[in-house]
Amino acid sequence: MVLGLSAKKEKIDATAGVSLAASAWKRLRRSPVFLTGAVIIGLFILVSLLAPWLAPHNPADPMLIDQVVKARNEIPPSQPGHPLGGDLQGRDFLSRVLVGSQQTLIVGVVATLFGLTGGLILGTLAGALGGWVDSLVMRVVDVMLSLPSLLLAFSIAAMFSRPSQFTVILAVSIVQIPVFARLLRGSMLAQRHSDHVLAATALGVKKGAIVFRHMLPNSLGPVIVQSTLVLATAIIEAAALSFLGLGNPDDRTPEWGQMLGDVQKVFDTHPHLAAWPAICIIIVALGFTLMGETLREALDPKNRR
Amino acid sequence: MLRYTIRRLIQLVGVVLVLSLLLFAWLRVLPGGPVSALLGERATPESREALTKQLGLDQPIFVQYFKFLGRAATGDFGVSTGVQPGDSALEIFLQRFPATLELSFFAILIAILVGVPLGYIAAKRRGSWFDNVSVVGSLIGVAVPVFFLAYVLKGVASSALGLPSSGRQDAIDATRVTGFFTLDGMITGEWDATLNALEHLILPAIALATIPFAVIFRITRAAVLDVLDEDFVRTAESKGLTAPVIRRRHVLRNAMLPVVTTIGLQTGALLSGAVLTEKVFSFSGVGEALAIGFERRDYPVLLLLIIMATIVYVVVNLLVDLSYALIDPRIRTR
Amino acid sequence: MALLEVRDLSVVFQRKGEEPFRAVDGVSFDVEPGQTVGLVGESGCGKSVTSLAIMGLLPKRGVTITGSVSYDGTDLLKLSDKEMRDRRGRDLGMVFQDPLSSLNPVVPIGLQVTEVLERHRGMARKEAMVEAKTLLDKVGIPDPNRRLKEYPHQLSGGMRQRALIAIALACRPKLLIADEPTTALDVTIQAQILTLMKELVHDLGTALVMITHDLGVVAGLCDEVNVLYGGKVVEKAMRHKLFAEPRHPYTHGLLASIPRLDAPRGEKLTPIKGSVADNIPWSQGCAFAPRCPNALDVCTRETPAEEAQLGRLLRCHNPVVPGTPAAEEVSV
Repeated sequence: MVLGLSAKKEKIDATAGVSLAASAWKRLRRSPVFLTGAVIIGLFILVSLLAPWLAPHNPADPMLIDQVVKARNEIPPSQPGHPLGGDLQGRDFLSRVLVGSQQTLIVGVVATLFGLTGGLILGTLAGALGGWVDSLVMRVVDVMLSLPSLLLAFSIAAMFSRPSQFTVILAVSIVQIPVFARLLRGSMLAQRHSDHVLAATALGVKKGAIVFRHMLPNSLGPVIVQSTLVLATAIIEAAALSFLGLGNPDDRTPEWGQMLGDVQKVFDTHPHLAAWPAICIIIVALGFTLMGETLREALDPKNRR
Repeated sequence: MLRYTIRRLIQLVGVVLVLSLLLFAWLRVLPGGPVSALLGERATPESREALTKQLGLDQPIFVQYFKFLGRAATGDFGVSTGVQPGDSALEIFLQRFPATLELSFFAILIAILVGVPLGYIAAKRRGSWFDNVSVVGSLIGVAVPVFFLAYVLKGVASSALGLPSSGRQDAIDATRVTGFFTLDGMITGEWDATLNALEHLILPAIALATIPFAVIFRITRAAVLDVLDEDFVRTAESKGLTAPVIRRRHVLRNAMLPVVTTIGLQTGALLSGAVLTEKVFSFSGVGEALAIGFERRDYPVLLLLIIMATIVYVVVNLLVDLSYALIDPRIRTR
Repeated sequence: MALLEVRDLSVVFQRKGEEPFRAVDGVSFDVEPGQTVGLVGESGCGKSVTSLAIMGLLPKRGVTITGSVSYDGTDLLKLSDKEMRDRRGRDLGMVFQDPLSSLNPVVPIGLQVTEVLERHRGMARKEAMVEAKTLLDKVGIPDPNRRLKEYPHQLSGGMRQRALIAIALACRPKLLIADEPTTALDVTIQAQILTLMKELVHDLGTALVMITHDLGVVAGLCDEVNVLYGGKVVEKAMRHKLFAEPRHPYTHGLLASIPRLDAPRGEKLTPIKGSVADNIPWSQGCAFAPRCPNALDVCTRETPAEEAQLGRLLRCHNPVVPGTPAAEEVSV
């Protein structure tokens, strides 16, 4: 009897193994591309968490200021205790690169969360309720999508007379709202007339419960993929804002985008000051993109063979 | 089709009006606003008040907005305060627009000429080292901040190849006809002027082309992979058609549908990249004007250029939709 | 000599990191000029793969084909890619299952017909258009001039399949392979298409390999029938003989699971139990054994050999005794 039961259980597990998420995970685990991305992002998060202990010095301390000669465009060179030398303000550059990972991670994650939340609310409302709510939401989305997204981010950032970390995050996240909203609305609309929602409605399940228990979970796949990709764009766009002078002017706490944004001041004379944060941004953005693209491929039912 | 086009154009007018009202309102409630912009932060309260009255800024925002619309209808969008102080915003736009068009044209041309063939080959050799390298390469292309790449091109390529690294043309005596410097030289027969303009274009165009290239490459690859799996390709093979005919008529003609959409969307979005690229190469187009405008908060110029960008972007998207209908008989003959 | 001689054809698929899969396992059959031969079986029995192997349409990578496919004395499997291209569409035509997805959606029907005429019969576009009109006429498409300019989505399913037949027969091939040509169509259209194919192959003297899971199609069309199971031919006989006296339990089961109008009211249908997923490898015995009502111990131990008897080839340890009614009745 016990034997029979366990045999039956195995059979059920075998069928559960073909569910979309499970089969996706099975393929991702073997995908070298996904693993590369995951390792990059894992290291990035680890470094940013441990940055205060990894960094040899205080990134805000102009300890090498006496080696900075403005007139001759000299900055502290590589030296014992400061392998990457110092920046234009005589601060230890290695410490700034290491600690910079923290704010970069924060910008990426918070901007993505803002954009995701906004899009989640708008898209769910529009898709689940339909009618005039849908029309209104879609008009708002249309207006936001009538400018190239990066240009919209520039414009939003330019509207604040006193830029800060917060306005950067706001500008980068607002432009993601319509993308998420459309994604969710589309998925909701497709599901409103699908069999499983009709079945739930026929059983008398309340509308709210249907939306939250049936429709939202089914939209999660594409939302997760999009979020991963937005993490990459948010970091790159934040750098572009700094480059245009729309970034956070307070550079006591370093952020890679902000460090790279100063590229025009340093590229001809001290290119390594731009190259280090640039390489960090490229690697991290690549990590998120590799994860996002492989996730998208794995979750695509078309590729399920 | 005509009705669809008209409906979309009416929609565009609506979007432009809403957007301009939003921008307009925002600019007016900004601390400082145009008065500070014109007089500077340290002006006396009396002179501020006088200018406020003179500019009509004491009136309700809607009145101001309609007055603005009235002036805009006559081509008066105000005077630049930062980009080219004193020049009219419209003049700045008209003067710089050809430069950006020219740059965008070459950028998207490069992106298409490289992206589409590479995408096709990668799909045909799915899983080969060529495919893997080009896919990872395209992902890196998206991950590199455009302005950083522009600096690298400017710093490395220009000195290695002896290409000019800023401006649209050297100070040579060239006749201006259309404002498109490459075209002007061809029209007047001043070929050295065309060549010189092209030399100035090549690096910014490559920098601007990276992201559209990466996107077009990936969409082409995905579309070709999809089409290669289709039954009608097998039918074509069963007819014994030659490989070039199958590639052109059966694979590419179908794969082109999503690719054309992508090319259109990327063309529309080029202005974002142009802001960054033109700034790096001091390429005096609309993008550079926007970059300077953002930096110096030149609101009249920003307002006009952003409205113009909206119009261009929406019209390009409309053209994409229409061309889609032209190439896909399933939409055309519905 | 037969027009087409398939000898010991095997197709093995090998995907990276997976067990090789033997889709076709030593299949042999002949097609005489003008003859219609059926390949019958459930999905996954290897019948479509067999047809793609004959046409040279299987992917090169990850596929191993062995055996021989001789057409008019030439082994098609030994031909170069280019030589095979010259023959496809000219000597061998093929009609596929789903007429909508088998036609290019963005190319007018006319061009899809003329391109094969231009390729193999050296016609100019204009001349080919005239011929295309005649062809569409011949396959019973009304108003062919208009249809030539239209796109696949503007035609009905039946008309699309007629167009595909016109394309496959455009160069008068001596052999036509039809892979489930009626499965995607409405029942009333199915009969029309089958009648059309029957007339055309008769008029043109074309040999036809009909691939189907539907014994009704076989009954109306085929001279000889090969029943495939798990990549092997398990029974082969002339149509009348096979229908009158199925000997292999699988064939017997297939026939018993067809609803019949002339059966007494209340008689139950007899499905074959299980599915292809229950198969055991041929190397361990008979692939059909787990589903077979006649299975003996030996069936899961020894691979049954192919035996010729009285105009029939049979691969079974314990064939059905002629005259046996359906083995087991199941109420549904």
